[in-house]
Amino acid sequence: MGCDAERVAAVLRAGGASVAEHKAELIELDRAIGDADHGENLDRGFAAVLSSLDAGVPETPGAVLKTAATTLISKVGGAAGPLYGTAFLRAATKLGDASELDAAAIATGLRAALDGVVARGKAEVGDATMVDALAPAVEAAERSHADGGDVAAVLSAAADAAKEGADSTVPLTARKGRASYLGERSVGHADPGATSTALLLRSFAEAAR
Amino acid sequence: MSGERVALVVVSHSGGLADGVAEVAAQMAPDVTVRPAGGLSDGGIGTDFEAVLAAVTEADTGSGVVVLYDLGSAQMTAEMAVESLPEPEAAVVVDAPLVEGAIAAAVSAQGGGDRAAVADAARAAAGRSEVTDTAESADGADSEDAAAAESGAKAEITLANEVGLHARPAALLARCVADVDADVRITLGDTEADARSVFSLMSLTARKGDTVVVTATGTQAEDAIARITALAERNFDE
Ligand SMILES: Nc1ncnc2c1ncn2[C@@H]1O[C@H](COP(=O)(O)OP(=O)(O)OP(=O)(O)O)[C@@H](O)[C@H]1O
Ligand SMILES: [Mg+2]
Repeated sequence: MGCDAERVAAVLRAGGASVAEHKAELIELDRAIGDADHGENLDRGFAAVLSSLDAGVPETPGAVLKTAATTLISKVGGAAGPLYGTAFLRAATKLGDASELDAAAIATGLRAALDGVVARGKAEVGDATMVDALAPAVEAAERSHADGGDVAAVLSAAADAAKEGADSTVPLTARKGRASYLGERSVGHADPGATSTALLLRSFAEAAR
Repeated sequence: MSGERVALVVVSHSGGLADGVAEVAAQMAPDVTVRPAGGLSDGGIGTDFEAVLAAVTEADTGSGVVVLYDLGSAQMTAEMAVESLPEPEAAVVVDAPLVEGAIAAAVSAQGGGDRAAVADAARAAAGRSEVTDTAESADGADSEDAAAAESGAKAEITLANEVGLHARPAALLARCVADVDADVRITLGDTEADARSVFSLMSLTARKGDTVVVTATGTQAEDAIARITALAERNFDE
Protein backbone atom coordinates (compact mmCIF):
# COMPACT_ATOMS: atom_id res chain seq x y z
CA MET A 1 0.00 0.00 0.00
CA GLY A 2 2.45 2.58 -1.23
CA CYS A 3 2.04 5.87 -3.05
CA ASP A 4 2.09 5.76 -6.84
CA ALA A 5 2.60 8.75 -9.12
CA GLU A 6 -1.12 9.63 -9.14
CA ARG A 7 -1.16 9.57 -5.35
CA VAL A 8 1.91 11.75 -5.10
CA ALA A 9 0.24 14.19 -7.50
CA ALA A 10 -2.86 14.19 -5.27
CA VAL A 11 -0.67 14.87 -2.25
CA LEU A 12 0.92 17.86 -4.02
CA ARG A 13 -2.53 19.15 -5.04
CA ALA A 14 -3.53 19.03 -1.38
CA GLY A 15 -0.37 20.99 -0.57
CA GLY A 16 -1.29 23.60 -3.17
CA ALA A 17 -4.82 23.88 -1.79
CA SER A 18 -3.46 24.38 1.71
CA VAL A 19 -1.06 27.08 0.55
CA ALA A 20 -3.91 28.86 -1.25
CA GLU A 21 -6.09 28.61 1.84
CA HIS A 22 -3.38 29.97 4.16
CA LYS A 23 -1.94 32.49 1.73
CA ALA A 24 -3.07 35.53 3.73
CA GLU A 25 -1.75 34.08 6.98
CA LEU A 26 1.67 33.38 5.43
CA ILE A 27 1.75 36.90 4.01
CA GLU A 28 1.01 38.35 7.45
CA LEU A 29 3.75 36.27 9.08
CA ASP A 30 6.20 37.46 6.44
CA ARG A 31 5.01 41.06 6.83
CA ALA A 32 6.04 41.00 10.49
CA ILE A 33 9.64 39.91 9.90
CA GLY A 34 10.17 39.98 6.14
CA ASP A 35 8.82 41.42 2.92
CA ALA A 36 5.24 40.13 3.04
CA ASP A 37 5.55 37.90 0.00
CA HIS A 38 5.93 34.34 1.29
CA GLY A 39 2.23 33.48 0.83
CA GLU A 40 2.17 35.13 -2.57
CA ASN A 41 5.39 33.43 -3.66
CA LEU A 42 4.35 29.95 -2.61
CA ASP A 43 0.86 30.30 -3.98
CA ARG A 44 2.23 31.38 -7.36
CA GLY A 45 4.62 28.42 -7.31
CA PHE A 46 2.09 25.80 -6.29
CA ALA A 47 -0.55 27.13 -8.69
CA ALA A 48 1.99 26.53 -11.47
CA VAL A 49 2.77 23.04 -10.11
CA LEU A 50 -0.94 22.20 -10.10
CA SER A 51 -1.52 23.41 -13.63
CA SER A 52 1.43 21.39 -14.82
CA LEU A 53 -0.02 18.30 -13.09
CA ASP A 54 -3.39 19.06 -14.70
CA ALA A 55 -1.68 18.96 -18.06
CA GLY A 56 -0.39 15.49 -17.32
CA VAL A 57 0.95 13.50 -14.38
CA PRO A 58 4.45 12.10 -15.00
CA GLU A 59 4.93 8.33 -14.75
CA THR A 60 6.78 7.86 -11.47
CA PRO A 61 6.61 9.52 -8.04
CA GLY A 62 10.17 10.73 -8.57
CA ALA A 63 9.23 12.37 -11.87
CA VAL A 64 6.21 14.05 -10.26
CA LEU A 65 8.41 15.48 -7.52
CA LYS A 66 10.93 16.61 -10.10
CA THR A 67 8.23 18.51 -12.00
CA ALA A 68 7.20 20.17 -8.76
CA ALA A 69 10.83 21.05 -8.07
CA THR A 70 11.60 22.67 -11.41
CA THR A 71 8.29 24.52 -11.40
CA LEU A 72 8.86 25.92 -7.91
CA ILE A 73 12.41 26.93 -8.83
CA SER A 74 11.13 28.82 -11.86
CA LYS A 75 8.01 30.39 -10.42
CA VAL A 76 8.33 31.20 -6.72
CA GLY A 77 10.67 34.18 -7.01
CA GLY A 78 11.76 34.29 -3.36
CA ALA A 79 13.99 32.24 -1.08
CA ALA A 80 11.29 29.59 -0.82
CA GLY A 81 11.77 28.81 -4.54
CA PRO A 82 15.34 27.53 -4.49
CA LEU A 83 14.82 26.04 -1.01
CA TYR A 84 11.63 24.04 -1.62
CA GLY A 85 12.82 23.43 -5.18
CA THR A 86 16.05 21.89 -3.95
CA ALA A 87 14.11 19.90 -1.33
CA PHE A 88 11.81 18.32 -3.93
CA LEU A 89 14.68 17.84 -6.38
CA ARG A 90 16.84 15.99 -3.86
CA ALA A 91 13.90 13.82 -2.82
CA ALA A 92 13.14 13.05 -6.47
CA THR A 93 16.74 12.10 -7.16
CA LYS A 94 16.89 9.90 -4.06
CA LEU A 95 13.69 8.07 -5.00
CA GLY A 96 14.90 7.37 -8.54
CA ASP A 97 12.39 5.61 -10.79
CA ALA A 98 10.57 3.55 -8.14
CA SER A 99 6.94 3.19 -9.19
CA GLU A 100 5.60 3.29 -5.64
CA LEU A 101 6.77 4.88 -2.42
CA ASP A 102 6.52 2.93 0.84
CA ALA A 103 7.03 4.29 4.35
CA ALA A 104 10.79 3.75 4.14
CA ALA A 105 10.94 5.74 0.88
CA ILE A 106 8.96 8.60 2.43
CA ALA A 107 11.39 8.80 5.36
CA THR A 108 14.38 8.60 3.01
CA GLY A 109 12.89 11.22 0.69
CA LEU A 110 12.26 13.61 3.58
CA ARG A 111 15.83 13.18 4.79
CA ALA A 112 17.13 13.99 1.30
CA ALA A 113 14.86 17.04 1.19
CA LEU A 114 16.27 18.34 4.48
CA ASP A 115 19.83 17.77 3.31
CA GLY A 116 19.00 19.77 0.18
CA VAL A 117 17.56 22.73 2.10
CA VAL A 118 20.58 22.80 4.41
CA ALA A 119 23.01 22.57 1.50
CA ARG A 120 21.23 25.41 -0.31
CA GLY A 121 20.56 27.81 2.55
CA LYS A 122 23.27 26.87 5.09
CA ALA A 123 20.84 27.25 7.99
CA GLU A 124 21.02 25.17 11.16
CA VAL A 125 18.32 24.24 13.63
CA GLY A 126 17.76 27.30 15.81
CA ASP A 127 18.32 29.88 13.06
CA ALA A 128 14.52 30.41 12.82
CA THR A 129 13.96 29.10 9.29
CA MET A 130 12.07 26.28 7.61
CA VAL A 131 14.89 23.99 8.82
CA ASP A 132 13.44 24.31 12.32
CA ALA A 133 10.29 22.59 11.06
CA LEU A 134 11.81 20.19 8.57
CA ALA A 135 14.62 18.78 10.73
CA PRO A 136 12.38 17.51 13.56
CA ALA A 137 9.88 16.32 10.93
CA VAL A 138 12.53 14.09 9.36
CA GLU A 139 13.53 12.67 12.70
CA ALA A 140 9.91 11.97 13.63
CA ALA A 141 9.34 10.33 10.23
CA GLU A 142 12.34 8.07 10.70
CA ARG A 143 11.21 7.12 14.21
CA SER A 144 7.71 6.39 13.00
CA HIS A 145 9.04 4.22 10.19
CA ALA A 146 11.32 2.34 12.61
CA ASP A 147 8.27 1.69 14.80
CA GLY A 148 6.50 0.09 11.86
CA GLY A 149 4.38 3.08 10.78
CA ASP A 150 2.85 3.10 7.28
CA VAL A 151 3.02 5.97 4.78
CA ALA A 152 0.18 7.89 6.43
CA ALA A 153 1.62 7.38 9.92
CA VAL A 154 5.09 8.48 8.85
CA LEU A 155 3.77 11.65 7.20
CA SER A 156 1.48 12.35 10.13
CA ALA A 157 4.37 12.06 12.60
CA ALA A 158 6.39 14.39 10.37
CA ALA A 159 3.53 16.92 10.27
CA ASP A 160 3.11 16.92 14.07
CA ALA A 161 6.83 17.47 14.62
CA ALA A 162 6.96 20.18 11.95
CA LYS A 163 4.13 22.08 13.63
CA GLU A 164 5.96 21.95 16.95
CA GLY A 165 9.17 22.99 15.19
CA ALA A 166 7.43 25.95 13.54
CA ASP A 167 6.04 27.07 16.90
CA SER A 168 9.52 26.79 18.39
CA THR A 169 10.73 29.60 16.10
CA VAL A 170 8.62 32.21 17.92
CA PRO A 171 11.15 33.01 20.70
CA LEU A 172 14.15 32.73 18.37
CA THR A 173 16.26 35.45 16.79
CA ALA A 174 16.39 34.86 13.03
CA ARG A 175 19.89 34.21 11.77
CA LYS A 176 19.22 33.46 8.10
CA GLY A 177 17.16 35.04 5.37
CA ARG A 178 15.51 38.43 5.31
CA ALA A 179 14.33 38.24 8.94
CA SER A 180 17.95 38.11 10.07
CA TYR A 181 18.26 41.80 9.15
CA LEU A 182 15.83 42.52 11.99
CA GLY A 183 18.08 40.93 14.62
CA GLU A 184 16.36 40.90 18.03
CA ARG A 185 13.22 42.39 16.56
CA SER A 186 12.51 39.04 14.89
CA VAL A 187 11.84 37.56 18.34
CA GLY A 188 8.16 36.91 19.05
CA HIS A 189 7.17 35.90 15.52
CA ALA A 190 6.78 32.49 13.91
CA ASP A 191 8.97 32.01 10.85
CA PRO A 192 6.87 32.02 7.65
CA GLY A 193 8.87 29.26 5.95
CA ALA A 194 8.74 26.99 9.00
CA THR A 195 4.98 27.60 9.14
CA SER A 196 4.49 26.75 5.46
CA THR A 197 6.59 23.59 5.90
CA ALA A 198 4.29 22.49 8.71
CA LEU A 199 1.18 23.32 6.65
CA LEU A 200 2.48 21.42 3.63
CA LEU A 201 3.39 18.32 5.63
CA ARG A 202 -0.02 18.39 7.36
CA SER A 203 -1.81 18.50 4.02
CA PHE A 204 0.46 15.78 2.57
CA ALA A 205 -0.32 13.54 5.59
CA GLU A 206 -4.07 14.06 5.22
CA ALA A 207 -4.03 13.40 1.50
CA ALA A 208 -1.99 10.22 1.95
CA ARG A 209 -4.43 8.72 4.44
CA MET B 1 37.25 41.38 -28.67
CA SER B 2 34.76 40.83 -25.88
CA GLY B 3 34.94 37.12 -26.58
CA GLU B 4 38.30 37.05 -24.85
CA ARG B 5 37.10 38.68 -21.69
CA VAL B 6 35.34 37.31 -18.66
CA ALA B 7 31.70 38.42 -18.57
CA LEU B 8 29.62 39.57 -15.59
CA VAL B 9 26.03 38.94 -14.58
CA VAL B 10 24.31 41.12 -12.00
CA VAL B 11 21.46 39.36 -10.17
CA SER B 12 19.11 41.49 -8.12
CA HIS B 13 15.59 41.43 -6.71
CA SER B 14 14.92 44.61 -8.66
CA GLY B 15 15.13 45.09 -12.40
CA GLY B 16 16.02 48.74 -11.90
CA LEU B 17 18.83 47.90 -9.50
CA ALA B 18 20.34 45.20 -11.74
CA ASP B 19 20.17 47.49 -14.78
CA GLY B 20 21.75 50.36 -12.87
CA VAL B 21 24.62 48.32 -11.47
CA ALA B 22 25.30 46.82 -14.88
CA GLU B 23 25.28 50.28 -16.43
CA VAL B 24 27.73 51.72 -13.91
CA ALA B 25 30.06 48.72 -14.18
CA ALA B 26 29.99 48.66 -17.98
CA GLN B 27 30.96 52.32 -18.14
CA MET B 28 34.34 51.41 -16.70
CA ALA B 29 34.84 48.40 -18.92
CA PRO B 30 33.78 49.04 -22.51
CA ASP B 31 34.78 45.59 -23.78
CA VAL B 32 33.23 43.55 -20.99
CA THR B 33 29.78 42.01 -21.34
CA VAL B 34 27.75 42.93 -18.26
CA ARG B 35 24.25 41.43 -18.15
CA PRO B 36 21.61 42.44 -15.65
CA ALA B 37 19.10 39.86 -14.38
CA GLY B 38 16.80 41.60 -11.95
CA GLY B 39 13.21 41.27 -10.78
CA LEU B 40 10.41 38.95 -11.80
CA SER B 41 9.17 38.58 -15.35
CA ASP B 42 6.03 40.58 -14.48
CA GLY B 43 8.19 43.45 -13.24
CA GLY B 44 7.70 42.58 -9.57
CA ILE B 45 10.39 42.28 -6.92
CA GLY B 46 12.05 38.88 -6.67
CA THR B 47 14.51 36.64 -8.44
CA ASP B 48 13.72 34.83 -11.66
CA PHE B 49 15.65 31.60 -12.15
CA GLU B 50 15.04 31.47 -15.88
CA ALA B 51 16.14 35.05 -16.43
CA VAL B 52 19.31 34.42 -14.46
CA LEU B 53 20.06 31.23 -16.34
CA ALA B 54 19.49 33.00 -19.67
CA ALA B 55 21.74 35.90 -18.66
CA VAL B 56 24.57 33.60 -17.61
CA THR B 57 24.25 31.53 -20.76
CA GLU B 58 24.16 34.55 -23.06
CA ALA B 59 26.96 36.37 -21.28
CA ASP B 60 29.47 33.57 -21.63
CA THR B 61 31.53 34.01 -24.74
CA GLY B 62 34.03 31.36 -23.75
CA SER B 63 36.10 32.92 -21.00
CA GLY B 64 33.62 32.32 -18.23
CA VAL B 65 31.24 34.39 -16.17
CA VAL B 66 31.38 35.97 -12.74
CA VAL B 67 27.95 36.35 -11.13
CA LEU B 68 27.20 38.96 -8.46
CA TYR B 69 24.01 39.11 -6.40
CA ASP B 70 22.28 41.41 -3.96
CA LEU B 71 20.90 39.18 -1.19
CA GLY B 72 18.99 36.08 -0.07
CA SER B 73 17.27 34.26 -2.87
CA ALA B 74 19.38 36.07 -5.47
CA GLN B 75 22.38 34.11 -4.21
CA MET B 76 20.52 30.82 -4.09
CA THR B 77 18.93 31.37 -7.49
CA ALA B 78 22.30 32.31 -9.00
CA GLU B 79 23.90 29.21 -7.54
CA MET B 80 21.12 26.99 -8.87
CA ALA B 81 21.42 28.57 -12.32
CA VAL B 82 25.17 27.95 -12.39
CA GLU B 83 24.72 24.36 -11.19
CA SER B 84 22.28 23.74 -14.01
CA LEU B 85 24.66 24.92 -16.76
CA PRO B 86 25.98 22.22 -19.11
CA GLU B 87 29.40 23.19 -17.77
CA PRO B 88 28.99 24.61 -14.26
CA GLU B 89 32.72 25.43 -14.06
CA ALA B 90 32.12 28.13 -16.67
CA ALA B 91 30.62 30.44 -14.08
CA VAL B 92 31.22 31.37 -10.48
CA VAL B 93 28.92 33.12 -8.00
CA VAL B 94 30.87 35.50 -5.80
CA ASP B 95 30.13 36.86 -2.37
CA ALA B 96 30.90 40.54 -2.86
CA PRO B 97 29.31 43.93 -2.29
CA LEU B 98 27.11 44.40 -5.35
CA VAL B 99 28.09 47.84 -6.59
CA GLU B 100 31.75 47.97 -5.62
CA GLY B 101 32.20 44.30 -6.48
CA ALA B 102 30.69 44.73 -9.94
CA ILE B 103 32.90 47.71 -10.71
CA ALA B 104 36.06 46.04 -9.40
CA ALA B 105 35.22 42.88 -11.37
CA ALA B 106 34.48 44.87 -14.53
CA VAL B 107 37.81 46.67 -14.35
CA SER B 108 39.64 43.42 -13.73
CA ALA B 109 37.86 41.75 -16.66
CA GLN B 110 38.62 44.71 -18.89
CA GLY B 111 42.28 44.36 -17.97
CA GLY B 112 42.22 40.78 -19.16
CA GLY B 113 41.92 39.08 -15.77
CA ASP B 114 40.88 35.45 -15.90
CA ARG B 115 37.79 34.18 -14.13
CA ALA B 116 39.56 33.60 -10.83
CA ALA B 117 41.18 37.04 -10.92
CA VAL B 118 37.90 38.77 -11.74
CA ALA B 119 36.16 36.89 -8.93
CA ASP B 120 38.94 37.84 -6.53
CA ALA B 121 38.70 41.47 -7.55
CA ALA B 122 34.98 41.43 -6.70
CA ARG B 123 35.54 39.76 -3.33
CA ALA B 124 38.39 42.11 -2.49
CA ALA B 125 35.99 45.04 -2.83
CA ALA B 126 34.38 43.93 0.45
CA GLY B 127 35.47 45.98 3.42
CA ARG B 128 38.63 47.04 1.66
CA SER B 129 40.63 49.55 3.59
CA GLU B 130 40.67 51.92 0.74
CA VAL B 131 44.05 53.45 1.25
CA THR B 132 47.09 52.27 3.10
CA ASP B 133 48.71 54.79 5.33
CA THR B 134 52.40 54.88 4.38
CA ALA B 135 53.33 55.61 7.98
CA GLU B 136 51.80 52.28 9.03
CA SER B 137 53.19 50.21 6.23
CA ALA B 138 56.70 51.65 6.66
CA ASP B 139 57.55 48.71 8.91
CA GLY B 140 57.84 46.29 6.05
CA ALA B 141 59.87 48.67 3.92
CA ASP B 142 63.24 47.79 5.48
CA SER B 143 62.89 44.13 4.87
CA GLU B 144 61.80 44.72 1.30
CA ASP B 145 63.84 42.80 -1.16
CA ALA B 146 66.85 44.71 -2.42
CA ALA B 147 66.46 43.12 -5.84
CA ALA B 148 62.94 44.46 -6.11
CA ALA B 149 64.23 47.91 -5.26
CA GLU B 150 66.72 47.61 -8.11
CA SER B 151 63.99 46.93 -10.64
CA GLY B 152 61.97 49.82 -9.30
CA ALA B 153 61.02 53.03 -11.05
CA LYS B 154 59.52 56.28 -9.89
CA ALA B 155 57.91 59.37 -11.37
CA GLU B 156 56.15 62.49 -10.21
CA ILE B 157 53.04 63.49 -12.06
CA THR B 158 51.09 66.70 -11.68
CA LEU B 159 47.47 66.12 -12.60
CA ALA B 160 46.34 68.55 -15.27
CA ASN B 161 42.97 67.05 -16.11
CA GLU B 162 39.81 68.70 -14.79
CA VAL B 163 38.51 66.01 -12.41
CA GLY B 164 41.77 64.63 -11.02
CA LEU B 165 41.80 60.94 -10.11
CA HIS B 166 38.03 60.67 -10.11
CA ALA B 167 36.11 57.56 -11.20
CA ARG B 168 36.80 57.53 -14.92
CA PRO B 169 40.47 58.56 -14.86
CA ALA B 170 41.03 56.17 -11.94
CA ALA B 171 39.50 53.35 -13.97
CA LEU B 172 41.67 54.24 -16.97
CA LEU B 173 44.76 54.28 -14.80
CA ALA B 174 43.96 50.95 -13.14
CA ARG B 175 43.23 49.45 -16.54
CA CYS B 176 46.46 50.65 -18.16
CA VAL B 177 48.59 48.78 -15.62
CA ALA B 178 46.29 45.79 -15.12
CA ASP B 179 48.44 43.42 -17.16
CA VAL B 180 51.87 44.80 -16.24
CA ASP B 181 54.21 42.67 -14.17
CA ALA B 182 54.91 45.24 -11.47
CA ASP B 183 53.52 46.41 -8.17
CA VAL B 184 52.45 49.99 -8.79
CA ARG B 185 51.67 52.50 -6.04
CA ILE B 186 50.41 56.03 -6.25
CA THR B 187 51.11 58.30 -3.32
CA LEU B 188 49.61 61.67 -2.46
CA GLY B 189 50.96 63.16 0.75
CA ASP B 190 50.90 60.38 3.36
CA THR B 191 48.39 58.21 1.63
CA GLU B 192 49.23 55.47 -0.78
CA ALA B 193 46.98 53.65 -3.21
CA ASP B 194 47.29 50.46 -5.19
CA ALA B 195 47.24 51.58 -8.83
CA ARG B 196 45.23 48.50 -9.84
CA SER B 197 42.41 49.36 -7.48
CA VAL B 198 39.97 51.97 -8.71
CA PHE B 199 38.64 52.48 -5.19
CA SER B 200 42.01 52.82 -3.70
CA LEU B 201 42.90 55.43 -6.35
CA MET B 202 39.67 57.34 -5.90
CA SER B 203 40.19 57.39 -2.14
CA LEU B 204 43.30 59.49 -2.62
CA THR B 205 40.94 62.26 -3.75
CA ALA B 206 43.75 63.63 -5.88
CA ARG B 207 42.54 66.77 -7.67
CA LYS B 208 43.61 68.89 -10.57
CA GLY B 209 46.98 70.45 -9.77
CA ASP B 210 47.97 67.82 -7.20
CA THR B 211 51.31 66.10 -7.65
CA VAL B 212 51.27 62.37 -7.08
CA VAL B 213 54.26 60.06 -6.85
CA VAL B 214 54.12 56.88 -8.86
CA THR B 215 56.39 54.04 -7.75
CA ALA B 216 56.65 50.69 -9.44
CA THR B 217 58.59 47.55 -8.56
CA GLY B 218 58.90 44.42 -10.64
CA THR B 219 60.23 43.34 -14.00
CA GLN B 220 58.02 45.78 -15.93
CA ALA B 221 58.32 48.70 -13.53
CA GLU B 222 59.63 51.07 -16.24
CA ASP B 223 56.83 50.10 -18.55
CA ALA B 224 54.23 50.76 -15.85
CA ILE B 225 55.60 54.24 -15.22
CA ALA B 226 55.72 54.96 -18.95
CA ARG B 227 52.11 53.97 -19.43
CA ILE B 228 50.85 56.06 -16.53
CA THR B 229 52.93 59.05 -17.59
CA ALA B 230 51.58 58.79 -21.13
CA LEU B 231 48.01 58.57 -19.85
CA ALA B 232 48.49 61.63 -17.66
CA GLU B 233 50.07 63.53 -20.56
CA ARG B 234 46.97 62.79 -22.61
CA ASN B 235 44.98 64.34 -19.73
CA PHE B 236 43.32 60.96 -19.21
CA ASP B 237 41.64 61.34 -22.60
CA GLU B 238 39.31 63.99 -21.20
N1 LIG C 1 19.18 30.58 4.12
C1 LIG C 1 18.00 30.02 4.42
N2 LIG C 1 17.94 28.75 4.86
C2 LIG C 1 16.74 28.19 5.16
N3 LIG C 1 15.57 28.81 5.05
C3 LIG C 1 15.59 30.08 4.62
C4 LIG C 1 16.78 30.75 4.28
N4 LIG C 1 16.47 32.00 3.86
C5 LIG C 1 15.13 32.10 3.94
N5 LIG C 1 14.59 30.94 4.40
C6 LIG C 1 13.18 30.61 4.58
O1 LIG C 1 12.44 31.26 3.57
C7 LIG C 1 11.35 31.93 4.16
C8 LIG C 1 11.00 33.17 3.37
O2 LIG C 1 10.57 32.81 2.10
P1 LIG C 1 10.12 33.90 1.04
O3 LIG C 1 9.55 33.17 -0.10
O4 LIG C 1 9.32 34.94 1.70
O5 LIG C 1 11.49 34.47 0.59
P2 LIG C 1 12.15 35.91 0.83
O6 LIG C 1 12.91 35.86 2.09
O7 LIG C 1 11.15 36.97 0.67
O8 LIG C 1 13.13 35.86 -0.40
P3 LIG C 1 14.25 36.85 -0.84
O9 LIG C 1 15.53 36.22 -0.41
O10 LIG C 1 14.10 36.88 -2.31
O11 LIG C 1 13.98 38.13 -0.18
C9 LIG C 1 11.79 32.23 5.57
O12 LIG C 1 10.69 32.34 6.43
C10 LIG C 1 12.68 31.05 5.92
O13 LIG C 1 11.94 29.98 6.46
MG1 LIG D 1 9.49 37.01 1.86
